[in-house]
Amino acid sequence: MTSILTIVFGAIFINNFVLSRFLGICPFLGVSKKVETSLGMGMAVTFVMGMASLVTWLLEYYVLFRFDLQYLRTIVFILVIAALVQFVELVIRKVSPTLYQALGIFLPLITTNCAVLGVALLNVQLEYNLLESVVFGVAAALGFTLALVIMAGIRERLELVFIPKAMRGVPIALIIAGILSIAFMGFQGMM
Amino acid sequence: MSVMKELTKGLFKENPTFRIVLGMCPTLAVTTLAANGLGMGLSTTAVLVGSNLMISLLRKVIPDKIRIPAYIIIIATFVTMVDMLLNAYQPDLHSQLGIFIPLIVVNCIILGRAEAFASKNPVLSSVADGLGMGLGFTLSLTILGSLRELVANGTLFGVNILGAGYEPFKVFGSPPGAFIALGLLMALVNGLAQKYGWE
Repeated sequence: MTSILTIVFGAIFINNFVLSRFLGICPFLGVSKKVETSLGMGMAVTFVMGMASLVTWLLEYYVLFRFDLQYLRTIVFILVIAALVQFVELVIRKVSPTLYQALGIFLPLITTNCAVLGVALLNVQLEYNLLESVVFGVAAALGFTLALVIMAGIRERLELVFIPKAMRGVPIALIIAGILSIAFMGFQGMM
Repeated sequence: MSVMKELTKGLFKENPTFRIVLGMCPTLAVTTLAANGLGMGLSTTAVLVGSNLMISLLRKVIPDKIRIPAYIIIIATFVTMVDMLLNAYQPDLHSQLGIFIPLIVVNCIILGRAEAFASKNPVLSSVADGLGMGLGFTLSLTILGSLRELVANGTLFGVNILGAGYEPFKVFGSPPGAFIALGLLMALVNGLAQKYGWE
């Protein structure tokens, strides 16, 4: 039980996917302009990352490992994730049109979000079991959502202040991310 | 002549990191040392040249509707090859870059060039485009890696530059330093671009 808690806390705060592992930077810089869209993106990513952790874990241990095909890992994982995203999109559209309206536009973007493939590869690297993998996937995505929402909150206020012309857009966003990352480094002392 | 143009545009005018802002994850993650940045850049270049070559050769064969999955398989194949080659010949670099080697698959630069260029252009200019974009990416990663290594350790490619008396500014070797260094560099490039009108 303690190890699960450690994984959750570690993935959200200490090794935050965006601010310390550098996974999912593209949506972090691209979608973090409004708090509302950030939350939508975060929810979609959480859903997909949980599912992806589950499916890739099963594939890794019941197919790749059993038939000694680990060198195909990258190809298999990326195809499964791409198919999974499509599948999730179809299911959500059928089952819950309201949820589809909220998450729909973000889903196609997720295939190229390196956090999803990253979490699948990290699960293998860290040798997590099935439960730990899924927990790690969901917690990492919650950490991603947290970073995205904080960033969006800051950027909403940033609209109102003067920024030198050369710093506008991505450069200032990166510097804010750096300061946020320093803040998150403070959690490292807690473990 | 146009081959030359495809080759050089990636270096400055359409530099993938500073101008188009693609492939941010590896850029930030592996540039703790200049050598790592260079290694990552060259690995990505190898994948980019290979995938652009294959996709350009197959551009009339691949049906339009399933082109993205087809591109992803081609890219993933080249990434697996690079991964195995690095593991065999450069094990140190391989362990330093870690999961960011398989993650070259989702580097937006590669799929972006496949979709925007290689799927529509003949073989020679596609290879030149891949090589130019890859070298532009390598250039930015090496600059960022050198800057961070110099400030954080006082060394460059492992050689001590700033002398024994230099007090290392360790934060630039850690994640926050990556964000701040890249933000400042990008602001510098933007400022130069605005001043000299490269837009």
